[in-house]
Amino acid sequence: MSFEPKNPMLKWVETRLPITGMLHHALYEYPTPKNLSYWWTFGSLAGFMLVVQLITGIVLSMHYTAHVDLAFDSVEHIMRDVNYGWLLRYMHSNGASMFFIVVYLHIFRGLYYGSYKAPRELLWWLGLVIFLLMMATAFMGYVLPWGQMSFWGATVITNLFGAIPVVGDTIVTWLWGGFSVDNPTLNRFFSLHYLLPFVIVGVVILHIWALHTSGSNNPTGIEIKDKQDSIPFHPYYTVKDLFGLALFLIVFSAFLFYAPNWMGHPDNYIPANPLVTPAHIVPEWYFLPFYAILRAVPDKLGGVMLMFGAIAVLFALPWLDKSRIRSARFRPIYKQLFWIFLIDCVVLTYIGGQPAEEPFILVGRIATGYYFLHILVLLPLVGMFEKPKPLPASISADVLPKKSSDKEASNA
Amino acid sequence: MLKLIKTLSVAALLTVVSIAGAQAAGGGIELKSATWKHEGLFGTYDRAAAQRGLQVYQEVCAGCHSLRHVAFRTLADLGFSEAEIKALAKEATFVGGPDDDGEMFDRPGQPSDKFPSPFANEKAARASNGGAFPPDLSLIVKARGGFENYLYSLLIGYDDAPEGFDLPEGMNYNTFFSGHKIAMPAPLSEDGVEYSDGTPATVDQMAKDVTVFLAWTAEPKLEHRKNMGMKVILFLLLMSGLFYAVKRKIWAELH
Ligand code: HEC
Repeated sequence: MSFEPKNPMLKWVETRLPITGMLHHALYEYPTPKNLSYWWTFGSLAGFMLVVQLITGIVLSMHYTAHVDLAFDSVEHIMRDVNYGWLLRYMHSNGASMFFIVVYLHIFRGLYYGSYKAPRELLWWLGLVIFLLMMATAFMGYVLPWGQMSFWGATVITNLFGAIPVVGDTIVTWLWGGFSVDNPTLNRFFSLHYLLPFVIVGVVILHIWALHTSGSNNPTGIEIKDKQDSIPFHPYYTVKDLFGLALFLIVFSAFLFYAPNWMGHPDNYIPANPLVTPAHIVPEWYFLPFYAILRAVPDKLGGVMLMFGAIAVLFALPWLDKSRIRSARFRPIYKQLFWIFLIDCVVLTYIGGQPAEEPFILVGRIATGYYFLHILVLLPLVGMFEKPKPLPASISADVLPKKSSDKEASNA
Repeated sequence: MLKLIKTLSVAALLTVVSIAGAQAAGGGIELKSATWKHEGLFGTYDRAAAQRGLQVYQEVCAGCHSLRHVAFRTLADLGFSEAEIKALAKEATFVGGPDDDGEMFDRPGQPSDKFPSPFANEKAARASNGGAFPPDLSLIVKARGGFENYLYSLLIGYDDAPEGFDLPEGMNYNTFFSGHKIAMPAPLSEDGVEYSDGTPATVDQMAKDVTVFLAWTAEPKLEHRKNMGMKVILFLLLMSGLFYAVKRKIWAELH
């Protein structure tokens, strides 16, 4: 079990700090279910995107100036004068979107295969914490170019905290560092935008630690029972993930090189102007579902609570979902509900980008209602009444029979 | 794998539809569109059009609009020679100094200078334009929904106000401007400039040319970007094939 390096140098280090052993254990030996599909690639893709954002971000910050009079121009300086500055900046701005795409797919994978259920509750929680930190980081990052959407997005979102009773206004002033979104706000957002990714790295390490403690879930949702069911992570999943990474990078490149502003908003190429409010203030696309939930309630405090509630209920998922079966493959009713829930989230995304007028308001309310209905009511009920399909005896029993019958067929 | 691709493409389609829907919201009037040579996977800027567009900018728009992110030296990308760029820059005057006596002085522009602004500050610009502010044009093509087509439409969209339309003094009617009341008087008129390459200077021609020029000022690295993109994607396709083959081989040993 324990790792014995051959190289005397490594051996010397290993006896004092067993770090190579730890990495060896995590990458080589980590027993992984042999039946993971490509849906399991999005976790490592998310890790990859975190590194991309860190590297491009650190280099960008060498050329960026966090000051209301200079920020916009310094971004243009990066785009025009810095060697490959346009590439770095487009990588970083599109990278944020790709990061969210990958993480959303990762989360929905978890929902489909019940990856949040015991004993993976903490793993799930840590994932949600990463998601929250990502949202905070992305929000503050979007403010940095100091365009119109940066400024007005920051104004709208920070103002939400004003809805908190009694201390709301004090909190908003404290967030702003003054009485409006201004230079102190930009400076602290830059500082935090640089800090939070490293906090994310820390939580990612905990997330992986928790993962390696309880082991990966898999498409059958049943645990590894014996050696037959698992394979070492390397080389099997390293090579599978590399293939997934190459495909993913093609999609990323398509945006990066051929439509780098498609996911952005034209107004952010107009320098911030506190005196001119844009016609429609829309957040980045990855916030749209939450923005739709926020606006579904006519009352500001209610909207804010519902928006945060939308994420809070996800923390309770391991207890709300009463079914002991993990994978939707064996849950005929939950499987249908999953897809309806996914469509509901897409509808919310669409509504979040629309102006606050009919019929969008009504559709937004129905979709918001369904979001909570699914998680708070349907999920617990289905778990009680659903009759699951029979589970396979083991992971390998699920994978192998088909294979052996294939073989027999070809031998015959 | 196939199922994954299917599900992913459906998801992608849904997302694209919902985001595109979000972006389209607010538009309204259908813009006039033209074909831009710099569009598409291999599109490059039409150098002749961009050069004529620079002339339109300098002779018409520069009286009111700045182009403050663009340095003269970058005109080399549009095919201007070093001598031409020096000569162009020299026509502009900048405040230099302070000299050894602490005095500021006027100096001719250099290729490293950015285009000069017609007004000292926003207040001065507003004072000369009936209270309206002519925005900087460096990024204008990326800063309006509709992009090239919007700018082109705006420039050819001047018309008489329809019967009963309330047009305040000093305002002009434009089909494509939101609210139709624009403070900018129709900037282009037939033969407003004289093209050195003999192209007839119709309003439509000038509008197209200046749009190409301003598309370039907004996105000067477009050609480099697409060129690199092609190489990167070809490389990635190759790597995908390679990784897929290796994956098949490694996994084959498993069973
Ligand atoms: C006489 C001064 C003047 C000239 C010359 C002029 N403009 Fe303008 N322009 C303005 C003013 C003033 C505005 C602001 C209009 C408003 O806000 O109502 C403006 C606004 C614009 C806008 C922004 C429209 C929008 O959607 O907000 C564009 C684009 C524009 N001008 C392009 C040009 C181009 C291209 C030229 C040269 C062909 C040009 N202008 C020449 C004064 C001028």
